[in-house]
This record gives sequence, C-alpha cells and structure tokens, in this order.
Amino acid sequence: MTLSPAEWEAIRLSLLIGLAAVAWILPPGIAVAWWLARHEFRGKAIVDGLIHLPLVLPPVVVGYLLLVALGRQGVIGQWLYSTLGISLPFTWQGAAVASGVMAFPLLVRALRLSLEAVDPKLEAAASTLGASRWRIFTTITLPLAVPGLLTGTVLAFARALSEFGATITFASNIPGETRTLPLALYTLIQTPGQEATAARLCIIAIVIALLSLIASEWLARRTRQRLQERDG
Amino acid sequence: MSIEIDHVNKHFRDFVAVDNVSLTFNEGELTALLGPSGSGKTTLLRIIAGLEQPDTGRIRFHGEDTTDKHVSQRGVGFVFQHYALFKHMTVFQNVAYGLTVRPRQSRPSKADINAKVMHLLELVQLDWTAHRYPHQLSGGQRQRIALARALAVEPKVLLLDEPFGALDAKVRAELRRWLRRLHDDIHVTSVFVTHDQEEALEVSDRVVVMNKGRVEQDGSPEQVYDTPANPFVYRFLGNVNLFHARLHDGVARIGDIQLPAPEFHGYHNERGEAYVRPHEIEVLATRQHDDALHSQIELVSVIGPTVRLELRTNNTETLVHAELSKHHFHSLGLKQGSDAWIRPTHSRIFLPDERVANG
Repeated sequence: MTLSPAEWEAIRLSLLIGLAAVAWILPPGIAVAWWLARHEFRGKAIVDGLIHLPLVLPPVVVGYLLLVALGRQGVIGQWLYSTLGISLPFTWQGAAVASGVMAFPLLVRALRLSLEAVDPKLEAAASTLGASRWRIFTTITLPLAVPGLLTGTVLAFARALSEFGATITFASNIPGETRTLPLALYTLIQTPGQEATAARLCIIAIVIALLSLIASEWLARRTRQRLQERDG
Repeated sequence: MSIEIDHVNKHFRDFVAVDNVSLTFNEGELTALLGPSGSGKTTLLRIIAGLEQPDTGRIRFHGEDTTDKHVSQRGVGFVFQHYALFKHMTVFQNVAYGLTVRPRQSRPSKADINAKVMHLLELVQLDWTAHRYPHQLSGGQRQRIALARALAVEPKVLLLDEPFGALDAKVRAELRRWLRRLHDDIHVTSVFVTHDQEEALEVSDRVVVMNKGRVEQDGSPEQVYDTPANPFVYRFLGNVNLFHARLHDGVARIGDIQLPAPEFHGYHNERGEAYVRPHEIEVLATRQHDDALHSQIELVSVIGPTVRLELRTNNTETLVHAELSKHHFHSLGLKQGSDAWIRPTHSRIFLPDERVANG
C-alpha cells in the first residue's frame, strides 16, 4: 500500500512533534526526577501531585490551561510574544509543548524509580574521590539510571505521539502544521465516506506505536542486562 | 597528617550519635574505632570525612580547620563496608576515577594516570584484573580495589568503615594482616571502624573504645585489653567473669577468697564487683589453697589447643568461665562432672556505680 501525501504529512508531523516534545521535557524531567529521588522536603507530596496531574486530568483541561498561560493574551504568552516574538498556539511547536506536558509525568516516574535505585554510597564514594556534584551526576548517577531513562523517554515519546485532547485545544487541527496522526484520524472519521482511509491511518498508528515499543523494550532489556550482569 | 576532633556533637532527631567527643589521631598511626552498633563510631568516621556535618565542634587536619570544607575538597580516602565500587566501570576506571575527575589544569596526563593506576593495582596484587568488572571479583578482591581507588588520590588520611565486615572469617583474617603490612609501607594516618575486638587488637596501633556516642577508653591494644577503664570496656573486649565482692580495709572478699585491693583501704564492708578474665581463673583438681572456690565442671569444650570450661560454684551457684591449655587440662585429670577448685589469679575491682580501681 502506498501512502498519500496527506498521510505522509501526518506521519512526519507526528514524529516531529513527538521528538520535539521529548527533547524539551528531557532536561527538566531529569532535573525534577533527580530532585524528587534525592531530596526530602516539606510539601513533596504536593509537588509530586502537581507533576502527575496531566495523567489524571482530562487532556482538554490541560490544553485550556496552556491556552490561558501561553496564549497570545496569556500570562506568559503575552511576554513571550512582546519580547521574543514567539507565539505558540496554532503552531507545531505549540503542539510539541502540549504533548510534552502530557508526557512529562511518565518520563519523571520511570526515571525517578531508576534514580532512587542508585546506591547513595556510590555517590558518596565519588565525592570522597574529589568529584563535584555535577560530575557525580553525569559519571555515576545518570549512567546507572540509564534503563529508567530509556523506558521513560520511550513511554513519553509514545504518549506524545498519541496525544489528542491537549493538542487540539491548544494548537488546533491545522493541516501541515498541527494535524498529527490522531488528529488526522479524527478528521477523517468526522467526514462521511472516508472510512477506508481512516482504517489505513489506524493501521499506520498501530505500526508506529508497536515499532517504538519493541525498540524501547529491546534497548531497555539490553542496558538492564548489561547493568545487572555487573550487579552483586 | 594528624586529625583532631574537638568537642564534636551529632544527633539524629532525638538520638545522640556522637556525644561531645574530643580525640586526636596521630600522624602515621593506624587507629581502630571499636564499639557495638549504635555507638557512634561510623558517624564519627563520616564526620571526619565530611560525609556528615557535626552539630557543634570542629575537625582539624594537621591544625587546619576542615569542618566547613566539602567532602570532595578534604583529601580523604574512604573505604566503605560494601566496597561501593562503580559497577558500570572496569577495575581500571574505578581506580582511575579520582584522577580523571580532576579539573583539567590539575589532571595528570593519560600516561601518568595509566602508570599510577597500574602501580596501585600491583600494590594490592590485582594488576591482572584491570579490565574486569567489579562483579567478576570476589569480596576480598573488591575491597582491595576499593582501597586502591581510595589511595589513588593520595589522601592525607585514610578512613575505613568496617572494611572487612562483609567478608568471611578466613578472608577477613588474611586481609587485615595484609592491611597492617600495607600501612607499615605507606604510613598514611588511618582510622578504621570495627565492632570486632579481635580485629581491633590485632591490626591497630591504638584502640578507641566507643559506647553510646562517647569514648570509653583510648589507648594501645595492650592497655585497653589488660587494664580496661571500666566494666563496659572489660565486657566488650573479650569474655569476663563477674564476682560479687565485699571490700573491707584493702581486701576484697569473694566467698572464702581474699584478694588484695589496696586502693580500697578506707572502705568498710562496701559492695564491689570483681572482673576476672577466663584465662585468669586457676583451675585445681584438689584443694591446695584455703582460698579456692569449690565448684563442679558443667561443660568442657575443646577449641583447637585451648579448653574452655563452664563451672558452677557450690555455695553461690555462680557460673564461671575458665580457659586453659589442652595440655594443662589433661595433666589435671579432670572431666565433665568432676569437682574442681578455682581461684582468680588476677582481677580488677569496680564499685557498682562504675568508679574504677585496680586489684
């Protein structure tokens, strides 16, 4: 089966937005996961709850909140537009922001578990050997948490690919800009007589999701095996 | 480099871990911090390293105050009980770690690092493991690698936290002799934490006995074993028999036995406790002295060349442990169930409130 230009466009956009979403949430995700894994502080439960909110909130609510915050009239959006000339709503970057926010908790959860499993004694040993905190993090903590980092990244990527509600609310459904696979599929279903095309897109979505899951499983298993062999 | 601990206190919530401890560790000495678990010895070690901050008090290295220096700047080598080797790195990378994380301007060249790491691996007799991973080594080998890693940064002081605690008895004995020889070669000021009195007495130049966050005694291995400062040290360093005694005019009375106790001269019929080590109990087959306690042998256990006896005295029903050589025991012709007479050859008498005196 050959794909139509519109289908290619949807696939390209989905991958682009998924990758961009993962790319921007990785640095804050790693920082937040490390902070939660290694620090005890008052109100930790509240911070934890806030981070997990996108998992349980209706995605439309997240999209709406993003619009309030980052829209042209929004609190941050206004500043972004007037000083940097950036406007996020109705752009593919905006879609990446929305799907990134939705994927954030999945990344943090997986990574945090892995970071918590790293023995603090190894970090203490590194610090007695003269390593700075940053150096310890990059040479000891993070390499030992790679399985969680991989799992979290792939989960987040898959979540970003399938994101619908927040994206359509915040970035709308613009062909060639924000119409990712789920949005294209939704549009087709709304159009009478497009059932066959919709089915094709459906299959494509399943294939992409399966491929990324298999790839992640393979990667995670390989690194976990490498680390586990060195356990004990 | 000497280490000075000046009135250090540390508590965790309402648990007092270190209670106003002042100590000096001399340059080049190997000192054992000995105590039961919860005695504060590991906390004190971690405070010296900078892994914990004291609530109050100062730490000085060779007179220089290091209390507020970050652990990475203190120049200490630290060896953990469970090795704490970096499992994602080879043995070589582990030992080289302290050198490779140095800022570029003070980092040795690759060739220098290589030479140094290989030299250290030879020192710990494990140069053939350079390209292996820690999981491929035995516990004793891992602990030697951990030591090589700590020595790579040329620490001013070497701190070891129960370094042999996770190893089996034979390897432990081998490794502590090896550590003793290594220390004689490199002479870096070293402090090691242990709860094993035998280990402390065998390896160290000096033993600091701790209990409940406080220093109970500080002295040479011989001093703490032969002249314990108080009943705690007596009990902690080996087995001991306790006899209730009456102190009267410079004499301690245990049943019919009279022991000289000149330091209790002014006392009249005061209660005291006499501490006697098992090897300081003389066992006799016949009543040769008036001042011997009649007793019965309840248990005989032969441990290699020594014999341990459990005896029960006839009049006070006290259980007494005695230790003598197998040869001597056989010459007495005694066996389980026999009558025997015992008398302490040496004792140390404390008043019940732990005030100290010699006997």
